Amino acid sequence: MSVLVYTESEKGKFKKNALEVASYASAVAKMMGTTVTAIAFNSTENESLGEYGVSKVLHIKDETFNTFNAGDYAATIAQAVKSTDAKLVILSSSTDTKYLAPLLAAKLTAGYAPNVVAAPESITPFMVKRTAFSNKGFAHTQIDTDVKIVGVSNNAFGAHENKTAITVEEISGSKDDKKNDTKSVDIDKVVGKATIADADIVVSAGRGLKGPENWGMIEELANVLGAATACSKPVSDLGWRPHGEHVGQTGKPVASNLYIAIGISGAIQHLAGVSASKTKVVINNDPEAPFFKAADYGIVGDAFEVVPELIEKLKDFKAQNG
Amino acid sequence: MKILVCISNVPDTTSKINFSEGDTKFDTNGVQFVINPNDEFGLTRAMWFKEKQGATVHIATVGGPNVEPTMRKALAIGADEAFRINAEPTDGFYVAQQLAEIVKNGGYDLVIGGKESIDYNGGMVPGILASLTNMNFINSCISLEIDGNNVSAVREIDGGKETLSSSLPIVIGGQKGLVAESDLRIPNMRGIMMARKKNLGILEPVDGLNATEDKKFDKPAAKGQVKLADNVDQLIDLLHKEAKVI
Repeated sequence: MSVLVYTESEKGKFKKNALEVASYASAVAKMMGTTVTAIAFNSTENESLGEYGVSKVLHIKDETFNTFNAGDYAATIAQAVKSTDAKLVILSSSTDTKYLAPLLAAKLTAGYAPNVVAAPESITPFMVKRTAFSNKGFAHTQIDTDVKIVGVSNNAFGAHENKTAITVEEISGSKDDKKNDTKSVDIDKVVGKATIADADIVVSAGRGLKGPENWGMIEELANVLGAATACSKPVSDLGWRPHGEHVGQTGKPVASNLYIAIGISGAIQHLAGVSASKTKVVINNDPEAPFFKAADYGIVGDAFEVVPELIEKLKDFKAQNG
Repeated sequence: MKILVCISNVPDTTSKINFSEGDTKFDTNGVQFVINPNDEFGLTRAMWFKEKQGATVHIATVGGPNVEPTMRKALAIGADEAFRINAEPTDGFYVAQQLAEIVKNGGYDLVIGGKESIDYNGGMVPGILASLTNMNFINSCISLEIDGNNVSAVREIDGGKETLSSSLPIVIGGQKGLVAESDLRIPNMRGIMMARKKNLGILEPVDGLNATEDKKFDKPAAKGQVKLADNVDQLIDLLHKEAKVI
């Protein structure tokens, strides 16, 4: 009866969230007195999971799984759950895992708790703390089914080294036995840039930037910090930025270590989307902007003066501090 | 084409969140309820199909009589018929099972639900519903075109988007992008009057699995006062030495 964790990879390399969910699984397995088995698709670095407490990897080496297909991935993970007699499945909170998790829940008749922010509060009954009401609250959710599925929020638990002896077993993938003629036609993805989902730092801007032509300095600040760029809802509604960058209650949630909001006043819907971020910085020329009440640090000033200076001084800071 | 839009009745996005009964229940006092925004994008896309390509649009909700004003709003926007399953929507698995009964008996080509509700954020109903009804499923959908039996959709992925092909019948987990924010509709007086005459059927629930229970709620700890930096140097210093985030 092991804990099974799905570790996502891209072009053979584990994503940052794979190490976080492996660490989470390791902590829970310790509470349960069992071990962690990981399932990985076409990964070239399976042994590295041993650094994070995984004792066995079930590896699917099959080119037909190179492109994510929620139905087939869920079928393969469900098969692994049965073969390992796992009672707990740990997933990340990526867009892909939120696609496959309900399919997996249906296949296993399992309760699913998404957006979990901490190790379980108890194992029997199984209770986890998760965000609800779009980050305005927390729910303490009990999962009552035999097999349980937990989706861990990005950046909530962190990656923790815990060296364990590891074995790798090659297994075959399974195809979805339900109707599934959904096929990927094209993937349009920014390469080599941090995404909002897993970035440590997010630089976000709003209508205070006055127009899309002024986003160069936001991109540059993000480059200096190795950050992802984001925006407020009005900005994506105006078409200044793609809606994939819209942060907020009806956009993306952000759970970064540092969130820098530039020219964003701080509507309640936006604040809900960023409240899981650990440190929030606001740059705004209006000292009464509501965001200052939710922020940790701030500068009252004109973004067109503060941001260029911040870029130059951060470059100097990076040069001195590596 | 026959379309079902699954609607969730949620607190308005501006609502302040409080809990009652020893923090075991969401406090509805003074809260305005609306169509879940992710569902509203789906409803509006369904109306587009109705008007441009010809379709019948039904809506379904799991909930008590208190959800009927929200359903009437969806009917006023243009849905043709509504079903309310008379049960408390306490768990995503249970809700999907209830909706699956309507889908199995309704002969729908397209089922649209929001990718998640903005209250309990479970994000599982469309996917479980697709599994229970053996239909195709695309989640986080930001564009949807249907030509005959062929479906072309775009879904959001982390860092970009993916175009997918599929076929009817299909379940869509939708979100902003299915239609633009500016395309969302406010019911007019004629729509409101017509909605009063439309059928709102009440169905009793089937036995289902309550896989999870929210036992207790709480809110994030109150925030301390913001620390304002006088200049950029001081801000960098605070982020480096105090917050340790750079």
